[in-house]
Amino acid sequence: MTEQAGGPPTSTTARSVLKIDGLVVGYGGGDVLRGVSLEVPEGGITCVVGPNGAGKSTLMASISGLLRPRLGSMVLDGQNLVGRSTRQILELGVVQVPQNHSLFRDMTVRENVELGGYILSDRALTASRLAAVFDIFPQIQGWAGQKAGSLSGGQQRLVEFARALMLEPRLLLLDEPSMGLAPKILRTVFDAVRQMNAAGTTILLVEQNARAGLRLSTHGVVMEGGRVRLSGTGREVLENPEIGALYLGGAVSPG
Amino acid sequence: MSVLLRTEGVHKSYGGVRALDTCTIEVAEGTVAGLIGPNGSGKTTLFNVITGYAKADAGEVYLADRRITNVAPDKVFALGIGRTFQLTRIFPSLTVMENMLVASQHSRSGARKRAMEQLEFVGIEGYHGTQAGMLSYGQRKLLELAYVLVADPAIVLLDEPAGGVNLSLVNHIAARIRELNAAGKTFLIVEHNMEFVMGLCHQVTVLDSGTVVAAGPPDIVRTDRRVLDAYLGEDIVDDADAAEDA
Repeated sequence: MTEQAGGPPTSTTARSVLKIDGLVVGYGGGDVLRGVSLEVPEGGITCVVGPNGAGKSTLMASISGLLRPRLGSMVLDGQNLVGRSTRQILELGVVQVPQNHSLFRDMTVRENVELGGYILSDRALTASRLAAVFDIFPQIQGWAGQKAGSLSGGQQRLVEFARALMLEPRLLLLDEPSMGLAPKILRTVFDAVRQMNAAGTTILLVEQNARAGLRLSTHGVVMEGGRVRLSGTGREVLENPEIGALYLGGAVSPG
Repeated sequence: MSVLLRTEGVHKSYGGVRALDTCTIEVAEGTVAGLIGPNGSGKTTLFNVITGYAKADAGEVYLADRRITNVAPDKVFALGIGRTFQLTRIFPSLTVMENMLVASQHSRSGARKRAMEQLEFVGIEGYHGTQAGMLSYGQRKLLELAYVLVADPAIVLLDEPAGGVNLSLVNHIAARIRELNAAGKTFLIVEHNMEFVMGLCHQVTVLDSGTVVAAGPPDIVRTDRRVLDAYLGEDIVDDADAAEDA
């Protein structure tokens, strides 16, 4: 890990993996992102929260190249991602774990994880990466021979994480990893996010459970109406009384 | 003011997941009521139970004094509850006018005239001969609103009327609802757009995990700590796991 989570993500002194500036993205019926600017500091967990329709998933889809921005830039280690294909962005080290479960249910857990490394042409490298991933998530090794479809939702999520780690991502995008999971499973998933970060992975996380997501994260961003409304350390954002107003559309007393 | 629509202790589970748990709400006649809550809190499930699209496992639904628990959707509609859906449900291969006539099947005379009036009211009368499938998403939402209104229901349930439409259309829809309400129409609205809900509704009920956590006027509800808790989620991260603020 190369930096401490000291300043807010907008700080120019923090070394950032990704710098997004003035991003405007729409689906044809109008712009969903209306000038988003944020930075993802290296070695941290940056959590994006916000009410429904704020543009969180659109932001993720834009970074991974599934949507083409109309304006603005997204610079990963000095290279602009705008205009690149999803494959090129993947090759630059941006790996996304989608919101919905995406494992091949009839394939084994091991096969699913190995598929994460399909753009690696070297079998020895694939094997060593697989071993490294099993080191981070030893529990997955126990399920390696099972069909992915036989796992619980929480277990499938961990396998999806493991699959993403096969490319040793420069930036890991997690789009609402807690979606659809029972509250007691959430803790396991959040633990896994922390484990991946502790192993050196820089993470950009979109999370619906704002409190848990921000507490877990070094940096926090609140989006609303297609813009960044608040940013700072996870704790600063969590404790900012304005966050309630952004969710509920008015002043919220701190209780 | 009398209560027009009421649910009492409604329970609904899907498999092992409890979607509604002792859910009790009231909508006073002549008001615009809002139903809000985070994703998965049970709002659409409650709409489905009220309108007969889902069966309550327990509890009751009343329209005025009439018990309508688990009555079939077409009967609920005929009894006076009109409803739109999150994703519009129109007949895409029929024209706009044909869609309206399907909805007004219960009124024998003057159906076409009344249908045209409703299309004028929502502002899409110019498209009456257009195939509904050719309409834009926003126009479909307006058609669905007109479609529900043509049957002149006692109460209109709107599921995300402002979802996925642009700001000028959001304002247009809000203005139409206000106008209808001024003429006495009762509404129950599920919506994530808080400005829309808080600006339009007299009373707001907040669901979390299938149960009511708060109910009252917008200004009271949005300063309620339980509502904020519902939206921001439970802090399940242990102190030992929390990120350090270096």
